[in-house]
Amino acid sequence: MTRLLETQGLTAFYGDFQALFGIDVSVDEGECVALIGSNGAGKSTFLRAITGMIPARGQDVMFAGQHIAGWAADRIHKAGMAMVPEGRRLFPSLSVEENLLIGAAGKRPGPWSLDAVYELFPDLVAKRHNPGTALSGGQQQMVAIGRALMSNPQLLLCDEISLGLAPKVIKDIYTAVPKIRAGGTAILVVEQDVGQALAVADRVYCFMEGRVTLTGTPATLTRAQIAAAYFGTTEEAH
Amino acid sequence: MVWINAIVQGVLLGGLYALFAAGLSLMFGVMRFINIAHGDFIVTAAYLMVALVTGLAVHPAVAVVLVLIALTTAGYVNQRILLNRVLGKDILPPILVTFGMSIIIQNALLEIFSADSQRLPAGWLETGSIVLSDAVAIGWLPLLMFAAAVAVIGGLQLVFYKTPLGRMLRATSDDPEIVPLMGGNNAHIFAIATALASLVVGVAGIFLAMKTNFDPSAGPARLLFAFEAVIIGGLGSLWGTLVGGIVLGVAQTLGAQIDAGVQILAGHLVFLALLVVRPRGLFPKM
Repeated sequence: MTRLLETQGLTAFYGDFQALFGIDVSVDEGECVALIGSNGAGKSTFLRAITGMIPARGQDVMFAGQHIAGWAADRIHKAGMAMVPEGRRLFPSLSVEENLLIGAAGKRPGPWSLDAVYELFPDLVAKRHNPGTALSGGQQQMVAIGRALMSNPQLLLCDEISLGLAPKVIKDIYTAVPKIRAGGTAILVVEQDVGQALAVADRVYCFMEGRVTLTGTPATLTRAQIAAAYFGTTEEAH
Repeated sequence: MVWINAIVQGVLLGGLYALFAAGLSLMFGVMRFINIAHGDFIVTAAYLMVALVTGLAVHPAVAVVLVLIALTTAGYVNQRILLNRVLGKDILPPILVTFGMSIIIQNALLEIFSADSQRLPAGWLETGSIVLSDAVAIGWLPLLMFAAAVAVIGGLQLVFYKTPLGRMLRATSDDPEIVPLMGGNNAHIFAIATALASLVVGVAGIFLAMKTNFDPSAGPARLLFAFEAVIIGGLGSLWGTLVGGIVLGVAQTLGAQIDAGVQILAGHLVFLALLVVRPRGLFPKM
């Protein structure tokens, strides 16, 4: 498999506060990778750093064979990285369909189109002319995912897509993951729900306080290992 | 009948005020940018028009095209190299920078064109009118101004709600932080918005040149009328801005009917009264 994304020793700062301390993460083409960890572990900061939302100039970030560290966010997007931002962040004055079309503004060719997104999320068809924010939380999340897919990304980043949604809705949304992967898109999900992350991902990275504390495949990781990496607990804690 | 005439003239005058205001409304709507030099840009466009037509003897139709191209280009470049640098969460830096530009423009115009007031002779447009009755006559120029205002606002509305560019402008207005993650370049989108606004400024300046005498210090008063029209109409609504311009225009012509000295004051009073009754304007969108 070919490397799609690779960071080496990635650091990030908010002013004087250091949020990431040398993160090595890789994603292969077509792979599904999950980042788990508690609040404030640096997962979202990692996504912000690789998408160009916070400066990463001079660092080591390879994406699709190019050094993208320091690129503007719109240029990274056009290179094939699309984000489903935390909290969905739909454009409130745009309709569902207009929100989806914004995602296609970069005009990257590929399998995803309005029709393909409506086939993936049939619930959206009847709501296509409603304002994006007049939908249920789960439907809004579908729009946010569809909007990202419209750019035909090589890598789809999903930041906390299950946050605040009912378990049944989360299940509905995650059934889309295999269909998205079938189109050749690699996925990097950030999840606080460890069970969900282990169920969907090929590999998992656990973040704690800005560092990767554990990595492996769901089959090889034990609950105890994950708990230790997640909370920083030591052996005697269990 | 004189009152009906005053109202008709006021509505038509409102078209000019809507033209003054549309650019301001657009820039505020897309990027929360308050351009204090807006009136001075309008006056600059008026001077450019006069310089081309009376100074260089360019055909008026050609001059109109040249002024519009010049303004649109200048708007894009100005936003891209200067104004984008001061755009941010704080609304004060753009106000300070454009306040400075306002002073610079007024002094530059004074230096180049002197303090003498100017006017663009518009020939039959100025004097011709459609006589409806012995008390009501509609001048060609005010009618043309009003038609231009409706066309400009209708056109902007079409761009905003029916084109990919407008979709991107509205998305940027909603959430500029997320737009780059969708492949949009904020610096470019903001510059496009200013270019569109400057195109409208060019139209407004050309009509200003034909409608009244103006001098280098005429900008701030146009800015005030534009502000009032935007606020009366409600922030973010383009059609509201047209209505705001009409309300202001009618208030002024009715005021002038009472006493010529009351004209401007009447406009301000109606503006204040509306602020008390509807602080967010008639058709607020934000």
